[in-house]
Amino acid sequence: MNRIILETRNIVRDYHIGGSLFRKPKTVHAVKGVSLKVEEGKTLAIVGESGCGKSTLARMITMIDPPTAGELLIEGEKVDIAHQKLAPELRRKVQIVFQNPYGSLNPRQKIGDVLMEPLIINTDIPAGERRERAMQMLTKVGLDEKHFNRYPHMFSGGQRQRIAIARALMLNPKLLVLDEPVSALDLSVQAQVLNLLGDLQDEFGLTYVFISHDLSVVRYIADDVMVMYFGEAVEYGSRDEVFSSPKHDYTKTLFAATPRADVESIRARLARKAA
Amino acid sequence: MTDTSATSARMQDSSRRRRLVEFWFYFSENRGAVIGLVVFLLLVVVAIAAPLLAPHAPNAQYRDAILVPPFWEDGGRAAFPLGTDAVGRDMLSRLLYGARFSLFIGVAVTALALTVGVLIGVVAGYFRGWIDTVIMRLMDIILAFPSLLLALVLVAVLGPGLGNAMIAIALVLQPHFVRLTRAAVMGEKGREYVIAARVAGASNLRLMFKTILPNCTAPLIVQATLSVSTAILDAAALGFLGMGAQPPTPEWGTMLAEAREFILRAWWVVTFPGLAILIAVLAINLMGDGLRDALDPKLKRS
Amino acid sequence: MALLEIENLVVEFATASGPFRAVDGISLSVNEGEVLAIVGESGSGKSVSMLAVMGLLPWTAKVTADRMAFRGRDLMKLSSPDRRKIIGKDIAMIFQEPIASLNPCFTVGFQIEEVLREHLGLDGKARRRRAIELLKAVGIPDPEERLGAFPHQMSGGQCQRVMIAIAIACNPKLLIADEPTTALDVTIQKQILDLLMRLQTEHGMGMIMITHNMGVVAETADRVVVQYRGRKMEEADVLSLFEAPKHAYTKALLSALPENAVGDRLPTMPDFATLEASQDLGTLR
Repeated sequence: MNRIILETRNIVRDYHIGGSLFRKPKTVHAVKGVSLKVEEGKTLAIVGESGCGKSTLARMITMIDPPTAGELLIEGEKVDIAHQKLAPELRRKVQIVFQNPYGSLNPRQKIGDVLMEPLIINTDIPAGERRERAMQMLTKVGLDEKHFNRYPHMFSGGQRQRIAIARALMLNPKLLVLDEPVSALDLSVQAQVLNLLGDLQDEFGLTYVFISHDLSVVRYIADDVMVMYFGEAVEYGSRDEVFSSPKHDYTKTLFAATPRADVESIRARLARKAA
Repeated sequence: MTDTSATSARMQDSSRRRRLVEFWFYFSENRGAVIGLVVFLLLVVVAIAAPLLAPHAPNAQYRDAILVPPFWEDGGRAAFPLGTDAVGRDMLSRLLYGARFSLFIGVAVTALALTVGVLIGVVAGYFRGWIDTVIMRLMDIILAFPSLLLALVLVAVLGPGLGNAMIAIALVLQPHFVRLTRAAVMGEKGREYVIAARVAGASNLRLMFKTILPNCTAPLIVQATLSVSTAILDAAALGFLGMGAQPPTPEWGTMLAEAREFILRAWWVVTFPGLAILIAVLAINLMGDGLRDALDPKLKRS
Repeated sequence: MALLEIENLVVEFATASGPFRAVDGISLSVNEGEVLAIVGESGSGKSVSMLAVMGLLPWTAKVTADRMAFRGRDLMKLSSPDRRKIIGKDIAMIFQEPIASLNPCFTVGFQIEEVLREHLGLDGKARRRRAIELLKAVGIPDPEERLGAFPHQMSGGQCQRVMIAIAIACNPKLLIADEPTTALDVTIQKQILDLLMRLQTEHGMGMIMITHNMGVVAETADRVVVQYRGRKMEEADVLSLFEAPKHAYTKALLSALPENAVGDRLPTMPDFATLEASQDLGTLR
């Protein structure tokens, strides 16, 4: 069995809303005790609809927000950002790629600077080598060296997502959290980015937590699948288990609702309509 | 290596030029803004070249030429194109030198208010919580006073004079920058690129000033431009009330104040300083409107 | 008989860098009771062509067409008051962002009744009755009570139902749905698509479904038009399109679906990358 890169034990996150002069404070349980384990080089997909807590979970795993309760372990090491400052070595191990390729790049920062920023903050690599590494990463994600000095608005959505992936990889992370990385992209571009993610995983032995609402993408990319519903993990298992014999009602509804683009189902529908 | 850096430098240059061209495209669509810009540049030239342009020294008194009307009126003299004031000083020369004071006041006051306001605003917008509450309530209090009255009180406490008047005006103007910066920072703070920089390990200071602040500049530039005109106006008002620049400084507001009693006898001693203030303020406001149009992110993002 | 006929539609936008052709010679037609899907990626001009039919494009757009007829009447030749009588009554449209499509300042009931007053001239009582009927038809529980609700008090799916209610208020002959489910969750998408298809059969409406989602196409369409960069690539009935796509672009589009993945990687057309890299692809959706 491979090394466990990421583990959560009964991780919980509550939000306190309101508490103003006229309203009682309300507590929203965004994530209600989720436990998961991801092995090195594997992909865990987290599926669910908007508001199910999957992005909140992603923010906790990425150590952006502290969990309200429960434990988060990165490479077996316990992380507690609520009580102690996060060590840079730990910070570097987990990086994130966001859904919206238009919002995730600083519009005033050139691509080269976007890529070199993590190195400037976290390392004392000299400028020349920084540049070298950024250039290498740029070509690795399928862009050109000539893009180095351009601003984000000069790129298409797919290219920006490549840049965001490149930025996340600059610090050689172990774990990449992908928060709906292809949802905003066109189909053909989505295929390219998914392929790129596959290539990078093979090359660097990356571990992915892939958050998505699109079951066909999940089925394609995931090793393990977790289905979340109102902050709870209602289904968790290997891809084949989950897809071939879903246990929870919600998972079944989700599968039934996913539109199918194969010839048989079209034929069936047309037959129903004719009848 | 040198080759790539050379080409990249050129590309960076072209990208900047492209943005400038784009900026000018939107700015020049507003004709008023272009006129405002031209007038403003003229004012700057006049201010710089005042010693060359002015026919007389600003404080030279000609005892034989008291309250001489402009040259086109009966009794006007070619030596004093816009006439003279009650102690025989040439109006035109004083107005030309006055442009120096007004522009300097406008720019210096705005720079002071902008720097302090942005600093406070970034802190308030970034940290929120009790710091934000304290800062904003303080700003609300400043804003609750009529601005001129507050400036007047401050000058009364600090003592009259141009320097103190400028500090007072800067203090009065500064809450606008705080509010604007705070709102912009709050809007940007939740954006994904900021979170991404945080995940990359950026410190609070870096996030505040290097990541977020450059994305908040557009509204600040517009507000700063408009503040220049407000500062000029307020300084003139303080000068008029005798709390700003002191005689014999050829500041436009002070000139108005000195001329108050001759308003019925010699219209030129009040009209020309008043016109000068009007033109300067109008030009800057027009320019500010043009800037707003050109920097509006809704128009620009392609 | 064809409900809507478009021949050689061209839409050009004036931009800072010269004219941009968003739609480049599109011809299509919809019959009564037929569902036509227009598929394409962003920048394919699929929305723009339908907005041109509705006359909803900004003034910077130049629309030309050899023919653009609704039930035999040429829309291009109609005066704008005459055209307004058709738009919103006989041709209705629903949009991608359900919450943004409703005016946040007014109640749902008011917004439904507004359409009824404008086009049908019903009196107050009849309007209210019809509004309740419509909400019931689109499957909103407690319609009497929901009439007084504001858009922000409803979920995205419910807002889309209200939008549909407004669209079908005047029994339109043609319903144009512009990515009606893109902003919604999968389970809600299913409900909305089912609702649209049910209403379509009940009323015998013609329908144009604009989408980028091949699954939605497969679940709804009778006939499909595939668009790319403002041009029509292929037109076929839904079964033959999925069974035997003729055009290379359609083939590439279908093979890019993750569910059609063969082996470890998805096939991609190299052409896409070069096209994507070129700056002038445009961001019009």
